[in-house]
Amino acid sequence: MGIININKVTYEYIRRDEENNVEGITTAVDGVSLAVEPGEFIAILGHNGSGKSTLAKHINAILYPSEGSVVVDGMDTREDEKLLEIRQTAGMVFQNPDNQIIGQVVEEDVGFGPENMGVPTKEIWERVEESLKAVGMYEYRAFSPNKLSGGRKQRVSIASVIAMHPKCIILDEPTAMLDPQGRHEVIRAIRALNDVEKITMILITHYMEEVIYADRVFVMDRGKVAMSGTPKEIFSRVSELKELRLGVPQVTELAYELKRAGVPLPDGILSRKELTEALCRVFGK
Amino acid sequence: MKLIADHLVYEYNRGTNQVVRALDDVSFVIHSGELLGLIGHTGSGKSTLVQHLNALLKPDSGSIYYDGADVFEKTYDRKTLRARVGLVFQYPEHQLFEETVFQEVCFGPHNMGLAQEQVDELAYEAIRRVGLPEEIADQSPFDLSGGQKRRVAIASVLAMKPEILVLDEPTAGLDPRGRDELLSMIVELRRKEGISVVLVSHSMEDVAEYVDRIIVMDKGRIRYDDTPKAVFAQYRALEEMGLAAPQVTYILQDLKAAGIDVNAEGTTLREAKETILAAYARLRGSGK
Repeated sequence: MGIININKVTYEYIRRDEENNVEGITTAVDGVSLAVEPGEFIAILGHNGSGKSTLAKHINAILYPSEGSVVVDGMDTREDEKLLEIRQTAGMVFQNPDNQIIGQVVEEDVGFGPENMGVPTKEIWERVEESLKAVGMYEYRAFSPNKLSGGRKQRVSIASVIAMHPKCIILDEPTAMLDPQGRHEVIRAIRALNDVEKITMILITHYMEEVIYADRVFVMDRGKVAMSGTPKEIFSRVSELKELRLGVPQVTELAYELKRAGVPLPDGILSRKELTEALCRVFGK
Repeated sequence: MKLIADHLVYEYNRGTNQVVRALDDVSFVIHSGELLGLIGHTGSGKSTLVQHLNALLKPDSGSIYYDGADVFEKTYDRKTLRARVGLVFQYPEHQLFEETVFQEVCFGPHNMGLAQEQVDELAYEAIRRVGLPEEIADQSPFDLSGGQKRRVAIASVLAMKPEILVLDEPTAGLDPRGRDELLSMIVELRRKEGISVVLVSHSMEDVAEYVDRIIVMDKGRIRYDDTPKAVFAQYRALEEMGLAAPQVTYILQDLKAAGIDVNAEGTTLREAKETILAAYARLRGSGK
């Protein structure tokens, strides 16, 4: 039994004009089935409008399926009385940290979730400390969040979710607004939480480089899962990805182009190290 | 020279004990028709600088000269300047508010006090210039896709016929194809119409691919103002500033360090491919 079971989920909404007349029905998610095992690191790719964010919002009961079901750690998201428990089990981090930070001070923001859950005061402080340490932000605990860089703010957002002791975190384009350093910090924090704390991670992103660390990658298109596999498998299919408005990491693209031009290289090269090593073998170095 | 920034200094929280010097003696020029990249980590002063270019912020000392005139002179027509230097902010689609795309794009030229006929003409032209179909004009901007909304926002700035277009992170949140399409559109605009473009970006790969010149900001100062090749050759210094070089530059450096005869200055995919293939051809030719 997976921690998240998405069973043939379809999500439709009715489009209306200004007078509230029905214009048509949009199927944002179309019969998607997907099971995530505890401790997995999953990445979801897809062009703008492919349905990936809509699907993600089903996992912590922000949206409910029109058809099919979503079961989080044994709880069906349609059971209203389980709502809080579902959201504590599967926490969500959004694109813009400014939209989800509410505290005046970093540690206050991180303590907000557990306090709302009725966690005893002493334990709240323990959770704040451990969560901030987990994302490397403990030394900033007394800072005002709005004085922090984007990457640090986003790590505070992640700490605030961790403080609720989720089994799973869904991150919807958490690095879209960050500079290279900020992106690096956030991805490192996500990987560490997955490796060390074994928190299940579901990362939605447009940056192909961030996906190479995932256990499995799903590519969405027109509400359906169009491709799935390991990063190596997915990024070996360069032309298919391009048809789906996506790309591959620059390293992979370079390897692909070199191979097409006759350099004997393996498929699915993902990292700088792999490409350098493969080329060194070709050149006998 | 189209625009000269001359010794700009700007401080936040002046008169308190928490003064932050956001711009510290910043000087540079923007030439006619050039595509200039502006990079720097969050908080490096990029956005503060950009807001000086059309006089939204007034420097504490120093000034901006546009076509030879000091834009902070009392009598200078700063309203016209804001049409000449068009600013597209981050996530500009969040600022859309009109009922139709057409009305949205008319807003700027209408505010410039032009006759309705002229406004209409500029609006249709701008919609075409960003590569949107004319039929879209009557739709609500809120019914469009993310990439289309962003084009509408850019069109509403272009409708004022700017001579310098400043885009703050225009591709944030777009999918890879959307990123390529938008950047190609900007390159085309500049090629066909000769407008100057300032591209503020966090993507080193995009900057390396598209711009002629890069300005690197760090702690309110300009650290580099040079070609992409010269700037990315300083990748270690860039890393200390929270930036990086494009991935291919690192690979070329690694290969060179491993003793493979490549030109390690490359910053784009095409350059990396060419130099590696040339080295490979030499290897085959030498019969190894």
